[in-house]
Amino acid sequence: MASEIKSSVVDPLIDNNPITLQVLGVCSALAVTTNMMAALIMSIALTTVTAFSSAIISSIRNHIPSSIRIIVQMTIIASLVIVVDQLLKAYAYEASKQLSVFVGLIITNCIVLGRAEAYAMKNPPILSFFDGIGNGLGYSLILMVVAFFRELLGTGKLFGHTIIPVANEGGWYIPNGLMLLPPSAFFVIGLLIWLIRSLKKEQVEPADYQIHQVHRTEVL
Amino acid sequence: MEHYLSLFIKSIFIENLALSFFLGMCTFLAVSKKIETALGLGIAVVLVQMITVPANNLIYQFLLKDGALAWAGYPDVDLSFLGLISYIGVIAAMVQILEMAMDKFAPALYNALGIFLPLITVNCAILGGTLFMVERDYNLAESAVYGVGSGLGWAMAITAIAGIREKLKYSDVPDGLQGLGITFITAGLMALGFMAFSGIQL
Repeated sequence: MASEIKSSVVDPLIDNNPITLQVLGVCSALAVTTNMMAALIMSIALTTVTAFSSAIISSIRNHIPSSIRIIVQMTIIASLVIVVDQLLKAYAYEASKQLSVFVGLIITNCIVLGRAEAYAMKNPPILSFFDGIGNGLGYSLILMVVAFFRELLGTGKLFGHTIIPVANEGGWYIPNGLMLLPPSAFFVIGLLIWLIRSLKKEQVEPADYQIHQVHRTEVL
Repeated sequence: MEHYLSLFIKSIFIENLALSFFLGMCTFLAVSKKIETALGLGIAVVLVQMITVPANNLIYQFLLKDGALAWAGYPDVDLSFLGLISYIGVIAAMVQILEMAMDKFAPALYNALGIFLPLITVNCAILGGTLFMVERDYNLAESAVYGVGSGLGWAMAITAIAGIREKLKYSDVPDGLQGLGITFITAGLMALGFMAFSGIQL
């Protein structure tokens, strides 16, 4: 039991990461990573929702008729997201304004529904809870890494504190404005995938179309 | 009229759901290997977006908004916290109804779109369009225009990336970047291209 819990929390971090391998939950990973504070709040919100929705869905999994399971799952997830949304509006209003529609979009974040469908429908509640935590943390890890590079290179700050003094405030670093713009998130995640797959060769996808290796003697 | 036209153009190009707000990215990256499938999914998104955004607009204006229940004699009731659950309910129901209606009246289109329709319920571009409509407080006519425009913009983006990926498979990509990695970089370059529209004032 203990080892299963450990593996369901640790596996999604790198080996089976929801963003870089399962391609789930990419939307918000790109949109809320301009600064680390927003990324952190989003990570906490998503991890909480995933963990609790997996636990709840798993505990009623034997009573859900399979024909309407998506609607049932959506209702549970939407209720949890409403709670998170209202909590953010009450205690972190600034952050909730900054995240704008993306808190609501946790409902359609594929990680939540994906884990509910793929794991929670087949496993007991406690394991599902930790599977939700693990996948939430895997998502959070990518979000924090991307936000770290975007905020540091884009503004010279981390969590709003100056790390590298920027040029127009008397420092030496000229901030890279591209890092604050949407496209840079794609590049950072793309490069991150490259890094992870160079270290973990088994994650490399086979090419659709193999380029034929021509030997020099064949040409001549 | 001019106002609606500029809203339409704005929702297709300047505020493209896929490439400037990153909505519907999961399907955008996962279902963009072939042009035909991408086009089918794109059409389905336009259809659903065209119906759900105005429908949710009606629900928001007449049931959920602060003071919206005044016509029923409850001027102080604010049900906007129920927004998310009602919108997703409407979307799920609309997708289901659309699926049944198409099965009956347009079987050819239904067979072509078949598997993509249920997928659309969890496409964040659909819910995102509705949430932007609420956040910007569009009226019914504006939300209809916005629904069609944002759907078209998304459809265009996914068709474009599918076209690029069909060519891309013949190129020699480094092992680690193969597949998902290079798709991310391509989407990034496309988003960079779309930023050219952002200077346009309408």
